[in-house]
Amino acid sequence: MDAAWAALSLSLKVAGWATTINLILGVAVGYALARLRFPGRDLLDTLLTLPMVMPPTVLGYYLLVLMGRRSWIGAWLYDGFGINIIFTWQGAVIAASIVAFPLVFKPARAAFEAVDGQLEQAARVLGISELGIFFRVTLPLAWRGILAGVLLAFARALGEFGATLMVAGSIPGKTQTLSIAVYEAVQAGQDDVANTLVLITSAVCVVVLMAAGRLAPGRIANR
Amino acid sequence: MQLDVDIRKVLRSGKRTFHLNVRFNASSQRIVIIGPSGAGKSLTLKAIAGLMTPDSGHIRLGGRTLLDVQAGINLAPQARHVAYLFQDYALFPHLNVRQNVGFGLAHGWFNPHERDRHATVDQWLDAFHLSVLAQQFPHQLSGGQRQRVALARALVSQPQALLLDEPFAALDPALRGQMRGELDALQRRLQVPMVLITHDPQDARVFGEQVVQLHDGAVHDAFEAEELSA
Repeated sequence: MDAAWAALSLSLKVAGWATTINLILGVAVGYALARLRFPGRDLLDTLLTLPMVMPPTVLGYYLLVLMGRRSWIGAWLYDGFGINIIFTWQGAVIAASIVAFPLVFKPARAAFEAVDGQLEQAARVLGISELGIFFRVTLPLAWRGILAGVLLAFARALGEFGATLMVAGSIPGKTQTLSIAVYEAVQAGQDDVANTLVLITSAVCVVVLMAAGRLAPGRIANR
Repeated sequence: MQLDVDIRKVLRSGKRTFHLNVRFNASSQRIVIIGPSGAGKSLTLKAIAGLMTPDSGHIRLGGRTLLDVQAGINLAPQARHVAYLFQDYALFPHLNVRQNVGFGLAHGWFNPHERDRHATVDQWLDAFHLSVLAQQFPHQLSGGQRQRVALARALVSQPQALLLDEPFAALDPALRGQMRGELDALQRRLQVPMVLITHDPQDARVFGEQVVQLHDGAVHDAFEAEELSA
């Protein structure tokens, strides 16, 4: 049982970090794509959406190649800072962040695009700085759409399997997340452990989906 | 108030191009720019507020240069100290009446709290008979009430001029007459210079001390009010 709770707490830690990272990066990228006109914008949007459709194992392989010690980035991190990403829970965070990223930036972009530009102009004429406009007008009006995406990303990060296994492996108590623990339990014929893990995972996902449903844009009071 | 406008802008959308070439010099407290839709009235007003940047030319308002493309001067909308009344009022839907009216008085990164009191805001709410509506949200208001909120929000920071974009177009005819009267009285009381754009000749008769007529992006005619009623 202890192993199950260790897996759950690790999963929550990884998903929490991945969601926090995505909240900041996803909102920033969503806003940039909604507001800035630059060549290659559509291509960038497509590339950033790829994790949604690509097999997680393929993503994991990309990450291994990019961040393994033999790679340029991996060697730089290890030689310069002594940081190793592969087979660590931080590696699992990176894998989960990338897999869940489209679920945040896509709704964020749509939410920012839905904000009436005239309201921002009104604030501008009223003497409010551009940063003030973002925090007082744009973000509050886009907030619900963003939050719904963030919750979905949390659920997705919590269930991440393929890319995480490739990058972080399955070290019990260290990188073995809930969904990987389920796989290992079934492989080892420990059906009672698998049952517990599956029930825990299902309960957490139902809670997250219900929360996301309450925040979905369609449910906003019309104001 | 002296308003000196001389601006040019070429706009392209698809295969169509629109040439804005507006030049007039008005000196009056009540200036009306009239013309059919698509004449470039809104663009001209937006240029005065700094919401649209002309390709060339200059705009001077009450002795201040707001824009001079050649000299490289282009004040941000925030620095022009004009108020702008949008056609559909552009009230902030997530803020109540009190927060909307006080919006321009708070300069931080966050909106004033729903119940924050501010003496100046209270005074304007009173003047516009909005005190009982202070906690309401824009979607709960009638057309006339929305316009009052938008006017109060625009005037609360004591702008040097009030720019109005078709202020009565969104109202039904009965209310239109009443709000015209209110704006007329308000302007006389506050003595705030105003520039109003409209397609309705009645607005020009009520507010047009000086009338500029736009057509197809250019000034067709400019005249004093007496000539219009004659």
